[in-house]
Amino acid sequence: MNKIPNRQAICDVLIEKAKTDKDIVVLCSDSRGSSSMTPFAQEFPEQFVEVGIAEQNLVGIAAGLAKCGKKPFAASPASFLSTRSYEQVKVDCAYSNTNVKLIGVSGGVSYGALGMSHHSAQDIAAMSSVPNMRVYLPSDRFQTAKLIKALLEDDKPAYIRVGRNPVEDIYSEEFCPFELNKANLLAKGEDAAVIACGEMVRPAVDAAKMLEAEGIYITVLDMYCLKPLDREAVLEAAARTKLLVTMEEHSPFGGLGAMVSQLIGSRAPRKVINMALPDAPVITGTSGEVFEHYGLNANGLVIVIKENL
Amino acid sequence: MENLKALSFELRKNVVDMVVEGGGGHIGGDMSVMDILTELYFDQMNISPENMHSPNRDYLVMSKGHSVEALYAVLARKGFFPVGEVIHSFSKFGSQYIGHPNNKLPGIEMNSGSLGHGLSVCAGMALAGKMDGRKNRVYTVMGDGELAEGSIWEAAMAAHHHKLDNLCAVIDRNRLQISGDTENVMAQDSQEERWSAFGWHTIPVNGHDYRELNEAFREAGNYTGAPTVIIANTIKGYGSAVMENKPEWHHRVPTTDEYRQIVRDLEERKEAALHE
Repeated sequence: MNKIPNRQAICDVLIEKAKTDKDIVVLCSDSRGSSSMTPFAQEFPEQFVEVGIAEQNLVGIAAGLAKCGKKPFAASPASFLSTRSYEQVKVDCAYSNTNVKLIGVSGGVSYGALGMSHHSAQDIAAMSSVPNMRVYLPSDRFQTAKLIKALLEDDKPAYIRVGRNPVEDIYSEEFCPFELNKANLLAKGEDAAVIACGEMVRPAVDAAKMLEAEGIYITVLDMYCLKPLDREAVLEAAARTKLLVTMEEHSPFGGLGAMVSQLIGSRAPRKVINMALPDAPVITGTSGEVFEHYGLNANGLVIVIKENL
Repeated sequence: MENLKALSFELRKNVVDMVVEGGGGHIGGDMSVMDILTELYFDQMNISPENMHSPNRDYLVMSKGHSVEALYAVLARKGFFPVGEVIHSFSKFGSQYIGHPNNKLPGIEMNSGSLGHGLSVCAGMALAGKMDGRKNRVYTVMGDGELAEGSIWEAAMAAHHHKLDNLCAVIDRNRLQISGDTENVMAQDSQEERWSAFGWHTIPVNGHDYRELNEAFREAGNYTGAPTVIIANTIKGYGSAVMENKPEWHHRVPTTDEYRQIVRDLEERKEAALHE
C-alpha cells in the first residue's frame, strides 16, 4: 500500500524544480504541515511565504507575487481555500489572469470526523464556475506529480484538489500516461462507462475488475481534468455504452456528475447515474467509513451498475 | 515642475465628461482621489507607456476601484490611451473602459472593484520586489468606507510582518460613503492609531495639498523596516460646490445645469491654481 499522499507528491516536485527556479514560491496560511509543505519551507525559506490564518490574504498576496513574475503555489485546506478566499480567486486570480496555482489539500471528506466546516464538497462547483479558472483532481501520486510539472510550464491560474491520506496507486513510476486536459482511459468495456475523479478513480478501477469476473465489462475514465472537461473522452465513452456512471467526492451539484450530465443531455442522450456525497450533513467517520456509508466505493459502484444495466 | 493642482482640475473635467457620456460613475470619489493620483503619477511613480512592462516599474493597484474614472483620466494624460476614446466609450456596450479597473487596458495592473483586495495584492507585489532585490515601489489607494473590509487588516498584518517598506498605502479619507457619513455607517476615525497598532508608519496629510502629498510620499520612500500608510484627508466631490461633501454625489450624473456649473467651477479653480 502506497504511503505517500498526493500533497506530498506536490511538495516533492516543487522542491525538485525550485532548485533551479527561484521564481517558484509556496505560500501557506498556517498550513505548511497540513499541506506537506514543511520540507519546502525548510529547504527554501526565501521562497516560502507564511501569511498566518488568513486565506483571503493568502490568495491576494499570491496574485501580487504572480503579477511580478513569481510562480506562486498557495496551499491551504481545500475547504477554506475554495470558499473563504473565493472572491480573491475570482477577481485577483481568474479575472486578473495571474499565474496562481491554488493547492486545495485535504479535500472532500478527508477531514471526515472534523465535520462539515472542514469538508470541501463544493470546491469543484465553486471553482469551475469562475471563468479562466481550471480545476484538477488528480487520482494518485504519479499523476499528481505529472500534473504539477505540466502546470509549472504555463502562466495561468488553476485549482488543484488533493486528499489528505495516501491513496492506492493507479499508475506507476514507469507507466503514467499524461496529457494536460486529456482524461485517461483505464479500462475499455461496452456494458457501462464510469467517469471518476480524484480518490474515486481507484474504486472505479477495482469495480471494473470485480465486474469483469462476472462477465460485465466497463469503461473507466480518470477525469482528473474537471475544467476544461475532456468532452471528447466523455462523448466517446457515451457512444460505446448505454449507461454512464459518474463518481466523485463532491456535492451532487455543480461537480463532475453535473458536467457530464449536461454534456450528455445535449449531445448524446444516455442514462447517467451520478454517485456523489449527499446534499446533507455528511456522517461522522474516517473518509473510508464515509465512502462506505454512501456507497462511494467499489462495492457500491458494482451494485449501481448491476442495478441499472 | 508642472502645476499639478491646475492639471488636476483639467483631469476632473475629463471625469465629469466620462460620467455624463457614460451615463453613470462614481464621481464624488473620483474628485476626492484625483490629487492623490495626480501626485503619484506625475511626481512620484516611475511608470509610463514606455516602461509599462519593465519589472522595475512602480506599481499601483486601485483598491477603491469604483474611482476608475479618475484613474482613466490620469492614465490617458500619461499617454496610455486617448482620453477622447475613454470619454466616448466609457461604460458603453462592448467597451474595455468598464466601470471598474480592467487589466486588459494598458496601465492598469489588476482588476478590482470588489473592495478590500488591493492591499493584499500589493503586499504580494512588494514581497516579489524584496525577493528580487528591486528598488521599485508599490502603491495602493483605498477608500475610507472600504476600511470596514476585514481582508484589509489581514494584509495590514502581513505587510508589517514581512517588513514591506517598499509598500505605501493611501487612504482617501473623504468621510462619506454611499449611505452617508462614515462615522454613522462604520466609524473610521482614529486611523492613525489603528495602523500604528498594526506596526505601520502613518502620515496624515491634507489630500488636496501637493506640498504635503509630495513630502509624505518622499518620507514613505525613505522609511525603512515597515510599510507606510498616508491618511489623505480629502473632500468628496472636491472641485465644485455643487458636489462637495454631498453624499448623493457618490454615484450620480450631473444634470445639464449642474454640468455647466461644475465645469465653470473647475475652470475657476484651475485658473486660481495657475495664479497661486
